[in-house]
Amino acid sequence: MSVLLHPDFTFIVQGITGREAVNLTRECLDYGSKIVAGVTPGRKGREVHGVPVFDTVEQAVAHHGGPIDGAVATVPPAFTKDAVIEAIENEIKLIVVVTERIPRRDVAQMVELANERGARIIGPNCLGLITPGVAKMGGIGGPAKDAAKAYKPGVVGVMSRSGGMTTEISSSLTAAGLGVSTAISIGGDAIIGSTYAELIGLFEADPQTEAIVIYTEPGGRMEAELVDWRAANNPRLPIVAFMAGKFMDDEEMQGMSFGHAGTIVEGAEDSAAQKITRLEAAGIPVVERIDQIPARVKEAIGR
Amino acid sequence: MSERHAIFINIEIDPAIAADAAIAAKLAEVCPVDIFSATDSTIALVPENLDECVLCNLCVDAAPPGGVKIIKLYE
Amino acid sequence: MRFYEFESRRIVERAGIPVTKYGFCKTADEARRSATEIGGPTVIKSQVLTGGRMKAGGVKFADTPDQAAEYADEILQLEIAGHLPVGVLVDPKAEVEQEYYAAVLWDGRAKRPMLLFSDMGGIDIEAVAEEHPDHVGRAHISNLHPIFDFEAKQAVARCGMTGSELGRASRILAALAHLQRDYDMTLAEINPVARLTDGSFVALDAHMEMEDEAVGRHRKFLESIGVDLAEPREMYQPSEFERNVKAIDAADHRGVIQGKDHGFHGNLGLVIGAGGGSLTLTDAVRSQGGKPANYAEIGGNPSVAKSCGLAKQVLQKEGVDKIAVMMSIVSNTRVDIVARGVIKACLELGKDPGETIAIFRIPGAWEDEGYKILDHYGVEYCDRSVSMWEAAGRAVAKVQGGAA
Repeated sequence: MSVLLHPDFTFIVQGITGREAVNLTRECLDYGSKIVAGVTPGRKGREVHGVPVFDTVEQAVAHHGGPIDGAVATVPPAFTKDAVIEAIENEIKLIVVVTERIPRRDVAQMVELANERGARIIGPNCLGLITPGVAKMGGIGGPAKDAAKAYKPGVVGVMSRSGGMTTEISSSLTAAGLGVSTAISIGGDAIIGSTYAELIGLFEADPQTEAIVIYTEPGGRMEAELVDWRAANNPRLPIVAFMAGKFMDDEEMQGMSFGHAGTIVEGAEDSAAQKITRLEAAGIPVVERIDQIPARVKEAIGR
Repeated sequence: MSERHAIFINIEIDPAIAADAAIAAKLAEVCPVDIFSATDSTIALVPENLDECVLCNLCVDAAPPGGVKIIKLYE
Repeated sequence: MRFYEFESRRIVERAGIPVTKYGFCKTADEARRSATEIGGPTVIKSQVLTGGRMKAGGVKFADTPDQAAEYADEILQLEIAGHLPVGVLVDPKAEVEQEYYAAVLWDGRAKRPMLLFSDMGGIDIEAVAEEHPDHVGRAHISNLHPIFDFEAKQAVARCGMTGSELGRASRILAALAHLQRDYDMTLAEINPVARLTDGSFVALDAHMEMEDEAVGRHRKFLESIGVDLAEPREMYQPSEFERNVKAIDAADHRGVIQGKDHGFHGNLGLVIGAGGGSLTLTDAVRSQGGKPANYAEIGGNPSVAKSCGLAKQVLQKEGVDKIAVMMSIVSNTRVDIVARGVIKACLELGKDPGETIAIFRIPGAWEDEGYKILDHYGVEYCDRSVSMWEAAGRAVAKVQGGAA
């Protein structure tokens, strides 16, 4: 058992002929992921690193001869909503949306449809997810050999609003001998498909995972949601949090956005200080430095 | 302040292939950062692009053996 | 994208929400004409994007058209927080019986728009929600299904309204919900909605914000209400540094760089990346007593020229003589390319890279090639075994050592 991915997990890449998508396809294949098809309208009959390209998701599913588990959507923002809905309506249950700068209404529409159809969206504006030694879905960790260096199989689940910091944190866990069970780059936008609270149940059910690390930023109410989830669900896993962007609490920075579209302080509850207070009150320690994370995790799981 | 070119990378082209129109065109085509220009069917270097070289070796592979050499000036 | 009050008024009007007669005027004469047409006492309001115009004297009440012209003349020349107004809005001094609040905004947690209505308008809605929660009606609407009239009615009824007012208020809230959806508003707020002495409901003051990512698909609409898309609408005037970095970024499609220095007043230049890494590193510098001169982001594997351009801009800021070049582990951006860029920036400005670059901490793609270059120029660097925190600390120590 693992979180979302497994050795036989199959997926397609939507927009596979784009420059970034070509790289991502190479990286995932090298890592051992099973990419069964690609979709770019009008490019049927081509191949990308040996992966056949189709015009529609329907054709991809027909070629595969059975249900496909996932899709990575890396198409321009104006076409992303349609691509994701196409995947959902073709019975795909896990969709990683890499694209940034998608209007919020489009994101909300695809997320609402996913909920109605029992599908799940990760992202947008994310690098995807990786289960070390099993598969990676998206650009997370980069080329296979780099991903292997930063991500070793282990006991810590990672959820992060920053794709790059997912790898930095995981690398520190790997270096400390703890390793990573599954790491998910959840995306930096104001509305995303899967929040901490919407993913944590999967880690709770995964016997390999013994602790969770979250990377978070000012903006939004995701931490409050996580705290509420824990209060209602008698959780098994300890969580260690890291909060970046504390400087944004300065008066001069109010209303300015840094780093990600969702990282903007719009109300008192959005500030870094408020979030830290809320998390710590709920028994989730917030460390000052990334390099303190492994020690705090070890302490929490008694190693 | 001065714009400097070729601080990190230089390219040496064997004079024997410099006037070969076919090779010139090929080099101009393969280089992702436009270091080569093929004008009047001879190869010329675009000095301001030398430092953008991504060490992909596509030019080395496109030329006859020894025809193009990438020199790392920091080694 | 933020809108001027007169633009918001036009947007609301376009959505079929009743407004009072008003005029947007660029001269005193136009204001006189407008006040004459409106008839009776008027309010003259400065059209700026910054707040605090009441305090600054940007809002005045006129009894006659001549007085309206006189005030318009004054207000048109009055700078508010460094901005001259683009014009004035001339409004009738409305005979208001009661004020209400109506808004549609995103609820990020529910991932849906939320309708808000209160019969206690004209004041800060957050205070009302705190002190009189039963006077604020809320309802979420679907992103996929049509907007039904009952949803607006439900929200209005939830704040305790009934009678003929319920219908009138609901129609305004429903129209606002359509407006928010149709034009990708992150905020669509009318405060106050007013019931006038004749019983009619009008929008007296509207505040609209359109999501930046969606501006492209509403270009035609925006032009039709007279919005100049070339006009910058930031909350503050971009600095020279910010403008220059933006221009360098726009000139080259390879990679992305960003630079901000609004609110940064220090002496340590930061050439850092990417989104989350920049936030983490800026905190790490400040927590260890360092004073960043700027905020920056590098991502998406920029060219040598682009990294060089950013580093040069940072180095040319007043009071900066050292930069820290730091990132979280990179997988797409290349260590050697960034190393070339920042060293080139130093050399082109006649500076010694070994002295100028306080620390270089970028582990990841092509790091061995990058470290060769850094060795050659005597730049201190570190790999992933040195944490972001520690690297930031070394940079701070060097800058402070140099200043002492």
